[in-house]
Amino acid sequence: MLLRANSLKKKFDKENVLDDISLEVSQGEVVAIIGPSGSGKSTLLRCLTQLERVDSGRIEIDGKLMVDTVEGKAQYSDSKTLHEILLDVGLVFQNFNLFPHYSVLKNIMDAQIKVLNRSKEEARVIAMELLKKMNLADREDAYPCELSGGQQQRIAIARALALNPKILFFDEPTSALDPELTGEILRVIRGLANENMTMVIVTHEMAFAREVADRVIFMDSGIIIEQGPPEEVFGNTVNQRTKEFLQRWSSEK
Amino acid sequence: MIVDNVPINFLLMNMLSATGTVFKIFFLTIIMSIPLGFVVALARGSRFKIITVPTRIYQLVFRGTPLMLQLYFFMYAPYYILDFTFNRFTACIIAFVVNYAAYFGEIFRGGIASIPKGQYEAAKVLGFSKFQTFMRIILPQVVKHVMPAVGNEFMTLVKDTSLAQVISVIEIFNVASNATSRYFSTVPLIVAGIFYLVMNTVVELAFKWAEKKLDYYRS
Repeated sequence: MLLRANSLKKKFDKENVLDDISLEVSQGEVVAIIGPSGSGKSTLLRCLTQLERVDSGRIEIDGKLMVDTVEGKAQYSDSKTLHEILLDVGLVFQNFNLFPHYSVLKNIMDAQIKVLNRSKEEARVIAMELLKKMNLADREDAYPCELSGGQQQRIAIARALALNPKILFFDEPTSALDPELTGEILRVIRGLANENMTMVIVTHEMAFAREVADRVIFMDSGIIIEQGPPEEVFGNTVNQRTKEFLQRWSSEK
Repeated sequence: MIVDNVPINFLLMNMLSATGTVFKIFFLTIIMSIPLGFVVALARGSRFKIITVPTRIYQLVFRGTPLMLQLYFFMYAPYYILDFTFNRFTACIIAFVVNYAAYFGEIFRGGIASIPKGQYEAAKVLGFSKFQTFMRIILPQVVKHVMPAVGNEFMTLVKDTSLAQVISVIEIFNVASNATSRYFSTVPLIVAGIFYLVMNTVVELAFKWAEKKLDYYRS
């Protein structure tokens, strides 16, 4: 197991955002997390990427312990371990969060040089390769503000991939994009899935989740209602809440 | 050359040497109050009340009282309180630095607050340390945001140097008003006005140039 999370709990103002969530992801697996807004999907991702802290529970990534619960209280590992775990994961945000004052190339190179201590030349070679893969090889000198949302998101994916994460998390990667631009992002993610990249994707693109995911998790009000292969969750779920959600979704579309 | 009873050459010579003092006040204030302003801005953002409250009081006092009064204070108060005195110029610089740092603190605080949370989060997930995040990601964007407001402060500072005359620091305005009373003429005041205008034209052009330099991206 690359990622193992056990009974994660988190409260915001007394409201259970994560209520006893357990999740395992194995090497090469693509997991899609779906569910209504406010169901805790994003919070789960943010806890796994250390942007938020859980109140209790246990998280282990690639055999390294991030947090464990001792006497009911979450105890995080030392900062060195946490930093190492951070380097094992990548996160792609809904609104890209590229660094606006850096060129495309520098966005992808900077962390390689400053965090992984790679040489400039090495970082550049890796960045250029990723840009080619993202079909943006000619935009290396552009600034984020000169690019479309879809292009910015592809740069953000390249920036995350440049650090060779073992797991890549996506937090609604197409939600801020115009419908005609979501296709290019989904194509990139599909490509990564074919290369056996381990990914956890929070998404509202049901058709995409169904097509690309090995496993689909349906979350509502902080709990995992149901999980399983996409055919099962989308095709013949017996769970009433999943049914309602999927129906509401297809009627809105 | 004599205009309206004023020996212009002599006046200009005095004014030019006083301009040196103005430059000294200007640059020393900038060099010290900007870093101090950043400290103030960061202190304002602290989680601890024991840091934020005194910082706010400091800012209130130094933004809420006249700089002229603060000049008098640093010139004369130490004698009454601690039985010692700064020399004139030192007292002047202390007043300017402490006053301007209070304003810069407020400007930088606004600049730091204007950076979206996502920038910190992206930097964190990429593994940047807190220090790297501030220096490489946040600060450069803050600089761009605060440029117009800082330009304003620079211009105000050029003019505020004229206040140093109240503790008899020989700067341009001091020279001008002395000459005005000696020669019964307003010409020295007009010349002083031109001096300030020329200096601020340079400031204005410098900021125009800097803002253009930073115009290569939008956030």
